[in-house]
Amino acid sequence: MTTRTLEWIIERALFLCAALSLLTTGGIIAVLAFETYEFLREVPVLDFLTGTEWTPLFSNQKFGVLPLVVGTMLVSSIAMVVALPMGLLSAIYLSEYSPSGFRRIVKPVLEILAGVPTVVYGYFALTFVTPLLQQIFPTLSGFNALSPGLVMGLMILPLVSSLSEDAMRAVPQGLREGSYALGATRMQTALKVVVPAAFSGITAAFILAVSRAIGETMIVAIAAGQQPRLTGNPFVPIETMTAYIVQVSLGDTPQGTIEYRTIFAVGMLLFVMTFGLNLFSTWLRERFREEYA
Amino acid sequence: MNATPPVPASLAGVAARPGQHVNALDSPVKINVDGLNFFYGPKRALDGISIQIRAKLVTAFIGPSGCGKSTFLRTLNRMNDIIPMTRVEGTVLIDGESIYDAGVDVVHLRRKVGMVFQKSNPFPKSIFENVSYGLRINGLVKSKAEMADRVEESLRQAAIWDEVKDRLHDSALALSGGQQQRLCIARALAIRPEILLMDEPASALDPIATQRIEELIYELKKQYTIVIVTHNMQQAARVSDFTAFFWLGRLVEFDRTDRIFTAPAEKLTEDYVTGRCG
Repeated sequence: MTTRTLEWIIERALFLCAALSLLTTGGIIAVLAFETYEFLREVPVLDFLTGTEWTPLFSNQKFGVLPLVVGTMLVSSIAMVVALPMGLLSAIYLSEYSPSGFRRIVKPVLEILAGVPTVVYGYFALTFVTPLLQQIFPTLSGFNALSPGLVMGLMILPLVSSLSEDAMRAVPQGLREGSYALGATRMQTALKVVVPAAFSGITAAFILAVSRAIGETMIVAIAAGQQPRLTGNPFVPIETMTAYIVQVSLGDTPQGTIEYRTIFAVGMLLFVMTFGLNLFSTWLRERFREEYA
Repeated sequence: MNATPPVPASLAGVAARPGQHVNALDSPVKINVDGLNFFYGPKRALDGISIQIRAKLVTAFIGPSGCGKSTFLRTLNRMNDIIPMTRVEGTVLIDGESIYDAGVDVVHLRRKVGMVFQKSNPFPKSIFENVSYGLRINGLVKSKAEMADRVEESLRQAAIWDEVKDRLHDSALALSGGQQQRLCIARALAIRPEILLMDEPASALDPIATQRIEELIYELKKQYTIVIVTHNMQQAARVSDFTAFFWLGRLVEFDRTDRIFTAPAEKLTEDYVTGRCG
């Protein structure tokens, strides 16, 4: 075999590998789109998006997705309240304060936290955090939005912290020196020079975290409950979009029925939401990227 | 406040030739360094530096790369503090006060000793915000009007006002290299330091921008004590009153600039300024 033929084969093989992942993504979107289309032929899109009751598995079927969306938002917001400030502060500490030896140890450890299976976090929320919270809030249900939200925040924290820290470390040292030379303290330098200069990277990290929270499945499936209800109350059982998909997938809903198609419609909506967030994050990074000479 | 230290040996005889550099030795000592050693980890970067820098004059530090001149400059506002594993020995007195004493407030010191860096480093903010930054963080102005006045004053002092006055709220990163460097000078001047340290401020600039910086230095020395590190010997000769020649972490010779360039006492200095070594 000549070198040229070998090169040709290698090139094709590599192309196929790359194409495979694209084709898979394309296939997923196609299936989602097809089943969603079938679903929307029976349920008007406006009823789906604005309806306030979600009971597709009951005899009195209602297909309003809002309770699931609100449940998702509720848990994600709680997670963000934990993950964003703590993640940013720990990134500031790691990037601006900690000795480099400390950072070299702590950062990989933080990243290992991101490798803990989410089902572990789910049981942690259900069997440890919820009982703990019930000591403080006796009215808290066994399934609720608060506990999985907090635990999800802890799960996402390393992601926020690690990505934000990367963005802050990329800020040229000269900017810090310029700030110190003007009599700034470390805190002033961190908050008024480094964080603004790393703004786009930090925001991208935040958005990635939000999209991760929205898509997170196991924690909420285990600890949040299966009761789709339109509420902002974090103490009662709710159901998120992802948890609903799990519920139906695991159940005995026959294929091809309207009940079965709901999960594709919900999945499509989830996909559109996270895809939109990722696009926004990319746009933001390009738009606000500072060019340093 | 210490008494004025004795004139170093290398400066003896300067007073005997009055008139060339007006009041060069009448000027009080602003910075008095004695026996300064500096270490990066185990490596000694400065070895027994002693020097008296006089007020409202320009002192240039020359020497080959790695000779310690930038390191020395950065010891004068304790900029090396932020580099881990460094150590200082010896004393640095500014206006008679030791800046390495335990109780010294570094923020206060740096307010008094401004610095301009080799690579212009404007913050990714607007031109106005760059200049107002030092004023804001140090709480030096009380009103918006005063802030605007101080920003304008600083930009005028740095000879960049006319170029930026119509776009104060544009990003500083849109300015040219020379403009960015003058903006950094304005930023340093805004908090009204007494001493201005300049670390090769024109090394990244074209000849015209360089000339503007040099003219600016000439203007600024009326009000500020200026210490400038430069690679460019012509620049040292043009802008400075005193020149210190560094070699391998040591201060080889320190004298009036005209003497360093025409009649240096040390053979090494002569070899360097005539281009025979380094």
